[in-house]
Order: sequence, then C-alpha cells, then structure tokens
Amino acid sequence: MPEPADRRYGPAPLPQPRGPLSAAVTDALRRAPHDLPASLGADLDPADPLTDEDLQLTLFLCYELHYRGWRGVDEDWEWQPTLLGLRARAERPFEAALRRLVGSPRVPSAGVAAGLAELVAADDGPSLATTLQRHADLTQFREFVVHRSVYHLREADPHSWALPRLGGAAKAALVEIQTDEYGNGRLDRMHAELFRTTLGRLGLDTGYGAHLDAAPAVTLATNNVMSLFGLHRRLRGALLGHLAAFEMTSSLPNRRYGNGLRRLGFDEVATRFYDEHVEADAVHEQIAAHDMCGGLVRAEPALAPDVLFGAAAGLAVDRLFAAHLLDSWAAGRSSLRSPAPRSLSMPTTVLPSVAGGPLAGVA
Amino acid sequence: MRTDDTSEPAAATITPYEDGPLLVRGDFALVTPDGERIDARRGTVALCRCGKSALKPFCDGTHKVVDFRAGTSREG
Ligand code: FES
Ligand SMILES: [Fe+2]
Ligand SMILES: [Fe+2]
Repeated sequence: MPEPADRRYGPAPLPQPRGPLSAAVTDALRRAPHDLPASLGADLDPADPLTDEDLQLTLFLCYELHYRGWRGVDEDWEWQPTLLGLRARAERPFEAALRRLVGSPRVPSAGVAAGLAELVAADDGPSLATTLQRHADLTQFREFVVHRSVYHLREADPHSWALPRLGGAAKAALVEIQTDEYGNGRLDRMHAELFRTTLGRLGLDTGYGAHLDAAPAVTLATNNVMSLFGLHRRLRGALLGHLAAFEMTSSLPNRRYGNGLRRLGFDEVATRFYDEHVEADAVHEQIAAHDMCGGLVRAEPALAPDVLFGAAAGLAVDRLFAAHLLDSWAAGRSSLRSPAPRSLSMPTTVLPSVAGGPLAGVA
Repeated sequence: MRTDDTSEPAAATITPYEDGPLLVRGDFALVTPDGERIDARRGTVALCRCGKSALKPFCDGTHKVVDFRAGTSREG
C-alpha cells in the first residue's frame, strides 16, 4: 500500500495490543481485509469501559482508520463490515458508560447557552492546571504533554466531522472557530503545528501518534469520546456540545499551563501554543456557546439535551483524566503506561538549563 | 426595533455577548490612540468589557471568575 514520503502527519505505526480484543484487531489489520469471527467481542462487558485498556485501544484502532489510518494497514479496512460490527459492539458499553456518568443534564428555560454555562461553572474537578502551573516538575510536565499529544497533533479534526452535517448559523459558527484552529490556512499557525513545536521544545518525539503506547485508557477515552460523537450523525448535538465545553474551559487553564512552562525555564516559542489558546479560546467560547450550539438548537430544538450531554460527557471524562494524572503523581508514580516517553535526540542548547536533572532519567 | 439594513451589510460588526466580551468581525483595524496597529492575530476578536482581562484590550476569559454581568443590547 502507498506510504507517504513525509511521515510527520501519519499514519502512525500500529500500537502494542493491551488485551485479547486489541490483539485480535491489530493481528487482523496487519493482513489483507477479511471477515472477523462474529464471536469477537460478542461477550464484551468491561467493568469500567472508560478505563479498560483493551476496550479503549480497540475503539482507538477502529476510529483511527477514519482519520490518518495506520502505517502498513490496507485502507479498505475502514469500511470492512465485520470490523464496523465489532466497533459497534465496543461502542455500546462505551456510550452507556458515558450516559451513566453524566445522566441527562437539564435544559434550563434560559436556553442551551445558559445550560452550558451552568455545566462549566459546576465543573469542580481536581485542578490539574494549578498543579502544572505551580508544582509540576519537568518530568511531570512532559508526561502531561505526552498525554495531550494524542489529541493536539490532530487538534480540531474530530469536530470537523460536524461540518457537512450542519447548515445555517451553526455551520457558519463552526467554520469561524475551525478557521482559527487551522491557523486561517497557514501551516505555521495551525494549532496542531504550534503544539508540535512545544513537543519538540520539550525534547519529545513530534510524530503523529508517536506517544500512543504511553497513553493509558483514560487518555484514549478523552479522544474516543470525540470520535464517537464525530462519527455518528445522530450524535451531532453532543459533538457540538463537546466542542463548546472544551472552548469554555480553555482560556484560564491555558494561561496556567504557559506559566508552568515559564516557571520551568522555557521560552515563548515553547509556550506559544498555550499563550495562543488564552486569547483564541476567549473568542471561541462565545461563538461555540451562543452562535454554534444556540444556532443548532434554534434550528433543531430537540437536540438541546444532546448538546448538554456532549458537554457534560467531555467535562466528566476530562475530570477522570485529570484525577489519573494527579493521583499518579501524588503516589510518586508516572501517569504514563511506559514511563519514558519517546524522546528526540535534541541538541542540549534548545533545552533550558534547569532541564539537566529531571531530563537525565528520560533522555 | 431592528436598525440593521440588511441590503447593505456593514463592513464590520461589534456584538455584545451575554456576561462576556464584545466580538468584532469583518473589515476592521485595531489601533492605538497614536494610530499604531494592534495585531489582532485572528479575523474575529473578543474585546474585554469587564475590565479585568490581563490581555487588554482582548478578553482572556477572566469575566467568568469575576461574575461579570452585562446584557446583549442597549441598556437604558
Ligand atoms: S470580558 Fe472577558 S476578560 Fe473581560
Ligand atoms: Fe486550538
Ligand atoms: Fe479553540
């Protein structure tokens, strides 16, 4: 199969399996498209779907075929019916777990934008941002960046799935946001590219999907929730709600992330991704709540509960993610599956002087 | 009362968002009192109207922490 000459943007190599289901899927993907046994995943009943390594990786393996694909994997797998069937069997417990986690948020009489504001105001999760700003050491900050790289290297892509499914005001608003996310069409301003620069500044591998093996289930779940909403038209309300919640909880934490990196001695090239988001997302959050979600619900009033479900689900999974990092660090553990993230061989001059100690162990 | 003339759209619009900033869209320039250009960095900008942003004249989301309240049309 054709392989791109430039591998920075994917496809990523297949990750290591984490259990019987992801092992069966990765084995199958290495071969020509063929029917999977109907029994595969038939008895799927994970105790906690959101933190189940095998289930979350299986979902990620299936979803990625719709983004950049996998290195060496036949592109016809994307629409292989029995693989789609397996994905549907894996999605059922995942979506059910999300609905159990957040219930059905009430739509206030003041409207969906007010409902989003209430959800965000009530979001009292553990403050990962404060920890990164004030206390995290370089190893911990690098771990945070490794987790987030799974999303940020394709930043905005999952929500673009909504574009052809919308018309009118909601579509115009989504385009207004995505235009900015994609740097107004300028490669060096694309948010994914700004993040690539931050990764490089931290001495980490900048390749698309480079850190998948290090990312635990809960990190994959923060991504899979977007893919679930993005790849099902019926969940378009949830997808827009997810984006709105994301934008509405971004400006203030990003200021803290940037300050944390500055505290660790990094320069404005390293912090640009975070600094940019303070300003950009202060714009995006208004458009997302009022014009995009408000516009969708004016056109399709029945979608209001879905918008709030998507927002609440995004916030809840992000709280689980934050708790995982903070709990791991409090216990003196790495929050990654493999504690040494893939590093680049960087000339030491690009790293700040304070990097010598903490980096020594992970170089 | 609607005062817009939709047959001839304005080159730029300024929209107050509820309890938040003013969004400016269209063909505009942000300038200092001396006429120097302030780099807007994006097509649509949010201007702080709560007075508490650390990034003035732009909004940085601080209005939410200070419980800023303001409507979306002419008051008084
Ligand atoms: S209006 Fe947003 S910070 Fe002032
Ligand atoms: Fe962004
Ligand atoms: Fe954004």
